Amino acid sequence: MNIASLLASKGGNVITVGPQESIRSALGLLAQHNIGALVVVEGLGPVGIVSERDIVRALARTESILVQPIAAIMTREVIIGTPQDDLIAVGNTMTERRIRHLPVVEGGRLVGIVSIGDVVKAQRDQYQGEVDTLQFQLLHEDEAKLHQAS
Amino acid sequence: MAADEPVGTDERPLRVAIIGAGPTGYYAADHLLRHTAPVIEVDLFDRLPTPFGLVRFGVAPDHQKIKSVTAAFDKVATHPRFRFFGHVELGKDVSVDDLRRHYHQIFYCTGAQTDRRMGIPGEDLRGSYPATEFVAWYNGHPDFRDCQFDLTKERVAVVGVGNVAVDVARILCRSADELATTDIADYALEALRESRVKEVYLLGRRGPAQAAFTNPEIKELGELADADITVRPEEAALDELTRAALAQNPDRATSKKVEILQSYAHRPRTGKSKLLVVRFLVSPVELLGDDAGEVTAIRLIRNRLVATPTGTLQAKPTGEIEDLPVGLVFRSVGYKGVPLPGVPFNDDWGVILNEKGRVLDSQTKQPLVGQYTAGWIKRGPTGVIGTNKPDAAETVTGMLEDLARDIHLRPSDATPEAVERMVRERQPQYVSYQDWLRLDDIETRRGKETGRPRVKFTRVKDMLAALGRA
Repeated sequence: MNIASLLASKGGNVITVGPQESIRSALGLLAQHNIGALVVVEGLGPVGIVSERDIVRALARTESILVQPIAAIMTREVIIGTPQDDLIAVGNTMTERRIRHLPVVEGGRLVGIVSIGDVVKAQRDQYQGEVDTLQFQLLHEDEAKLHQAS
Repeated sequence: MAADEPVGTDERPLRVAIIGAGPTGYYAADHLLRHTAPVIEVDLFDRLPTPFGLVRFGVAPDHQKIKSVTAAFDKVATHPRFRFFGHVELGKDVSVDDLRRHYHQIFYCTGAQTDRRMGIPGEDLRGSYPATEFVAWYNGHPDFRDCQFDLTKERVAVVGVGNVAVDVARILCRSADELATTDIADYALEALRESRVKEVYLLGRRGPAQAAFTNPEIKELGELADADITVRPEEAALDELTRAALAQNPDRATSKKVEILQSYAHRPRTGKSKLLVVRFLVSPVELLGDDAGEVTAIRLIRNRLVATPTGTLQAKPTGEIEDLPVGLVFRSVGYKGVPLPGVPFNDDWGVILNEKGRVLDSQTKQPLVGQYTAGWIKRGPTGVIGTNKPDAAETVTGMLEDLARDIHLRPSDATPEAVERMVRERQPQYVSYQDWLRLDDIETRRGKETGRPRVKFTRVKDMLAALGRA
């Protein structure tokens, strides 16, 4: 399974900000959309990511940080995925490198963002589906045998 | 009845139309009908007279155990607040506007009905087909029963290593005796009995560890009555990157898969009449044809694996070319949904534009009132049949949340009788669940006489005739 299927039911919008917008505006967007990170975009492509943790850390240092531009605190070295990336590989990489959000780019264009929660949910649904299918087949086999015996 | 009375009561049940009677449609109906509060009524529509979607027309005829899931679907159908309207097509017999007049909520689960193209020269030469067409044909789908495949060709390439590709390769390699005990369509059984196919090539662009097929399926390929299987040792071997990835994140299923494939590399041929060759690290770049416009070969480029930033191992062409002479090509490189008339579509992913199953307005990207989706048309073609159960549940949860907030369509006549009147008028030959059970009974009885699970009706007019509606 690739991560395109996670993005397919996440709607069309990725919430983005420009690097020169204020940290306060980023905070507003995080609260408004109830999300944990924003992709920082210049032109069509991502140039960074700013998470609630980045802001919390900056605030703990300097209370006046909110008027600063996002570029001052954003993470610039971002791991970027493509829709064809394998769910399992993405899950492993995010877990090992403690990444909670992965921007997804296709043809230079930002097409989505995958959170570690999305990955866990997709894996859970996949396993749940497989277990359910196998259980049903086993139970059905038993019933068919009983039916034949009687 | 006053319009402001709450919906979801005995007097005013929540009425839901589900479009598409595949597994997702039944799972959704089951989730909805489990509730005693709110009270919900479900009408399940399908454009074909027969229910079960890909369980009937996708799951291979020699995989009857997988088809047994229909027993659970039949149980859902016994619910007193469930109705089936078969042979009624959205966009042809009824429109989304019609449904809005009679239902509080509409649920689309029409699956991924078309295949992705390889996008290479020669793809449309005679002898090159989507694997799904072949699958629908041998499974007796009324829209595909008249397809023709030239099975006088001795060599066949199946592009892809997902479970559909494996099904196609396996059916081509089965003996007539093996197929004769399945519910494969009669005409397909006859055509395959005459088949001169001798060699079948399954082509994967990545390595054995990355192939999408599951272990039971690949093991089954090694147990065919009249076909040997082989893999090139150098293609079954693990590359350094895969080895490192498996060392860091051990995965028993993948290791087992590689082990099975490597065992095929060392298996001697036993003189069976067909040979199945599983190839890895090759991508088709062109189909070559003769003057008559028929496929004569598939040109492959060899790949090696490279890691993307997320650790995914991707195929990268090396430049090394190889021509594989074949007379038939089946492509199975992915599937996508078909837009429904009047329903917003997301072209990026080939699905209905949605967020967790709520259909979104194309402009505002905000949820549309009373419209939902699940299954492959919601998330794309992934997972096994059972994966659609949690997927449908997620959407149903949203539907119930919306109902609790009084967000639903305001139909002008939300009675079951009004729907029946409309359907009778638009499609007098609609098929009810009782009708389907009669067809099912006739099919299984015809099967008993010849030692098969069933003998399928493959023409709509034959189904209607059997129901006395000639």
